[in-house]
Amino acid sequence: MEPPHILIVDDEPNIVMSLEFLMRKAGYRVSIARNGTEALEAVDQTAFDVVILDIMMPDVDGYQVCRHLRQRPDRAGSRVIFLSAKSREADIEKGYEAGADLYVPKPFSTRQLMQQVQQLLPPSA
Amino acid sequence: MNPLLVLGFSFGYLVLLFGVAYAAERRVAARRSLVSNPYVYALSMAVYCTAWTYYGSVGRAAHFGLEFVGIYLGPTLMAPLAWLVLRKIIRICRAQRLTSIADFISARYGKSAGLGALVTGVCVLGVVPYIALQIKAIAASFDILTRVPGLSEQPMEDAAAVGSAFYTTVALAFFTIVFGVRSVEATERHEGMVLAVAMESLLKLVAFLAAGLFVTYGLFDGFADVFARAAALPELSRLFTLEGAGTTSGQWFTLLLLSMSAILLLPRQFQVAVVENVNEDHLRKAMWLFPLYLIIINLLVLPLAFGGRLLDAGGLLDADLYVLALPLRAGHPWLALFIYLGGLSAASSMIIVETIALSVMMSHHLLMPLLVRLTAPRAAGPRWFARLGQATLHSRRLAVVLVLLLAFGYYAAVGHLLPLVNIGLISFAAVAQFVPVVLGGLYWKGGTRAGATAGLLAGFAVWFYTLVLPTMAGPGLVPASVLSQGPWGLSALRPGALLGLEGLDALSHGLFWSWLLNVGLYLGLSLRQQPSALEQRQARLFVDVFRLEAGFEESAGWHSAAPLPDVRALLVGFLGKKRTNQALRAFEEHFPPPPVRVPSDPAAVPPPADPRLLAYAEKLLAGTVGPASARLLLRSSVGVEDISFDNVVGILRESQQLLEANRQLQKQQRQLQGLTGQLQQAYDQLRELDQHKDEFLYTVTHELRTPLTSIRALSEILTDNPDLDEPDRQRFLLTITRESERLSRLITLVLDLEKYESGRATLDKAALDVADVVTDALEAVGQLLRDKRIQLDLAVPPGLPALPGDRDRLMQVLVNLLSNAVKSCRSDGTGRIGVGVEAGPAGLRLWVQDNGKGIAPEFHQLIFDKFFQARHQTMRKPEGSGLGLAITKKIVELHAGRIWVESQPEQGARFSLELPFFA
Repeated sequence: MEPPHILIVDDEPNIVMSLEFLMRKAGYRVSIARNGTEALEAVDQTAFDVVILDIMMPDVDGYQVCRHLRQRPDRAGSRVIFLSAKSREADIEKGYEAGADLYVPKPFSTRQLMQQVQQLLPPSA
Repeated sequence: MNPLLVLGFSFGYLVLLFGVAYAAERRVAARRSLVSNPYVYALSMAVYCTAWTYYGSVGRAAHFGLEFVGIYLGPTLMAPLAWLVLRKIIRICRAQRLTSIADFISARYGKSAGLGALVTGVCVLGVVPYIALQIKAIAASFDILTRVPGLSEQPMEDAAAVGSAFYTTVALAFFTIVFGVRSVEATERHEGMVLAVAMESLLKLVAFLAAGLFVTYGLFDGFADVFARAAALPELSRLFTLEGAGTTSGQWFTLLLLSMSAILLLPRQFQVAVVENVNEDHLRKAMWLFPLYLIIINLLVLPLAFGGRLLDAGGLLDADLYVLALPLRAGHPWLALFIYLGGLSAASSMIIVETIALSVMMSHHLLMPLLVRLTAPRAAGPRWFARLGQATLHSRRLAVVLVLLLAFGYYAAVGHLLPLVNIGLISFAAVAQFVPVVLGGLYWKGGTRAGATAGLLAGFAVWFYTLVLPTMAGPGLVPASVLSQGPWGLSALRPGALLGLEGLDALSHGLFWSWLLNVGLYLGLSLRQQPSALEQRQARLFVDVFRLEAGFEESAGWHSAAPLPDVRALLVGFLGKKRTNQALRAFEEHFPPPPVRVPSDPAAVPPPADPRLLAYAEKLLAGTVGPASARLLLRSSVGVEDISFDNVVGILRESQQLLEANRQLQKQQRQLQGLTGQLQQAYDQLRELDQHKDEFLYTVTHELRTPLTSIRALSEILTDNPDLDEPDRQRFLLTITRESERLSRLITLVLDLEKYESGRATLDKAALDVADVVTDALEAVGQLLRDKRIQLDLAVPPGLPALPGDRDRLMQVLVNLLSNAVKSCRSDGTGRIGVGVEAGPAGLRLWVQDNGKGIAPEFHQLIFDKFFQARHQTMRKPEGSGLGLAITKKIVELHAGRIWVESQPEQGARFSLELPFFA
């Protein structure tokens, strides 16, 4: 059985760096998208188990990526975690409306995030 | 006709009038007034046309031609003026609750009781004979109607006629008392009386027209026939011309003046036009309706007169009674009866209205003061004052009976001795004596009580001497020699030619001298002395009535507490000292006063009177002078002669201060409204600023979170993984350091921007070599350029003029623009950046150009806003802090320069700035 496949979407290389390290260490397969456009391509090609999405990106924002994902029935198994510096109530609500499973404001606790990713994954994993 | 039949019809008619008046009163009670309209108002004004008009006009026309028109021309000419004068009088009387011409004049001149009595006296003496004339007309018409035809054509006042006149008078007295003097409140309107009078006016018009048409078309073949036949007779044709019958232009002028005065000031006209006026606006219609009435009723006078003269060639008939005699002679007794009822209408309406007006005057200005003075010593306690109200009513009823009795007595006793022909005009001349004081009072603030009294007295005396005295010579009451040679042989004092003034007719002569003395004394005495405070106050209330606000009177009255001594003095003046003391003590028993110092102490401040005492005093005075005058007297707080000047001036000043305060309040209110608007605006601005601040803060924290996130995540990784590879470990630690630096840079920028925005930033200016600054800036970003392999094009000419500026700040600007350019350029070696400087006449222009991805035109302004994306958050995340360009712009603006961008997407951008030499 293959390990869970995680997509990390963020335009901040340093954040991607830390997330990538964490996911790999937990034994997940990791793909990376550096902006919204790359993220759309990636979700179209692969059915990820978890997508960790930044919201503010230069081209296509995280909401759009999430909505796009939720429109594809074949991606129903994908879990979406918003990871954003936008921390207002309205932003969080908007994130859940777009179809997120979880909204985590930045800066985040690495331990908590890893637990939450674990919980979102199917028990078999 | 049978006298009983005529009597029956007369009383039947009067009963009908009762019915009409009663119905009107019932309608008033049901609040559906029949009287409140301009038509009834105009018709009631036609009370001007008395029996004198009804019978006398024809008589005068038969002998003097067109002269009769004079007394109707005056009111007609007066009509347009009525809007000015009459409306003002109505307004004043309404505001001050005045109910007669005597009230009006006395109130205007310091509320003088003496003046009121004088005016009342003049009115009674001038008008009672006029009422007698009406009674005589009733008797004479009754006489001619009931006389057996063919016996004697000359009228003779036999016992039956006198008797019918007496019964009519009694009936009219009854009517007047029932409908005219019903309540103590003299200001109350008498709607029943007014409607009855209006109906009578209508009836007399119809009856007179019937008589005229009967003569013109029944006895002749129309107007043309009457006039043609009259013109054929030389003695009649001379009547066609204005002066043919001997009426001079002076006489015409006198007639106009007299009738104009009369229409305004005759007590009955004052009653219907002013006191009974329901609505000022009714005056608009009445202004032309009333003259129209006068014209219509006079249309048929000449045909009647000529017809009478033509048919009665022998001169057997009294021309005054042609109206009745012609139909009778032609064998139409029923028509004559109808015409007789018209004449009865004219006479009775005049008698009723005139009597009401005179009775109110007599009660207020003669009887009540007398009654109070006579009974005051015997008065016992407050109950006496309660009786005074009833006494007022009784005194007014008594006055009605008195007036009618006087008139009837005059008719029965003197009427035989004196010719009554000219009584109407002489009566007009008496009333005309009021013209100077009334007009002066309306438009001139300088008139005084002394002037008005002297003027009236003199005018009245001259009137009596020149106009009444000569009429007494005929019956032998005065020796004829007085007329021809003057009293005691002094020819200068001849009543018909005072000081040798001859060539005028008696009326013009009398009016000239009476008015000359009247006006002269009025003006002379008024100018000689300053009006008293009260007179000034009243003058203002009268002359400025249209400028005073409606509620003005109320505010100046009870609110200002008048000093007790003044109120006491007022009461003493009217009630006597003893009664006043009793009354005040009685008042104190009911309302125990707070401890008051003894007023006999001259040093004591006068204690103010209780407002309840003022109300009490008003009631006391109402019995004496009528409620209107009483209220007026108290309104000004004191009305006696020794009025304290300070007090009235105080009231005046207080009301002026109130007005001023009111004006100030309005001004302040406007200012407050303005301020509220400004506050609202400021609040909106603040809220917007606040919102901006919120967004700014939000964006700042958002920007701070990004490096913070990396730092925290990496630190946690380092902590949780002590067994990390050395290279990873190094990489993570280095990143933490870099992100920390980014964090502090950001904080510095935010603080910088805050400094610029709050205006606390200052420039450290010196003369700069801009080329030098450009070189330094390029050096600072040199590594970035090399990293991205960017080609640099430099266009900095040598010998540029020095620019005053802050070197470090301008460095910041250039570095910022250059690093933005670097960021936008591709790193594949195709990137190009151009930097140039250019000297203009006023300053230097610098530009930084790149061939990067460019900026869409809609953002050309917005990019200079701090965190401009804060309001466009889903669009794109800026590269860098989002503060650089905002700070750059601030610095340029501090140098009095400007910055702008030219760019298209994918075609690079060119940022230019202009810096002036002289800022």
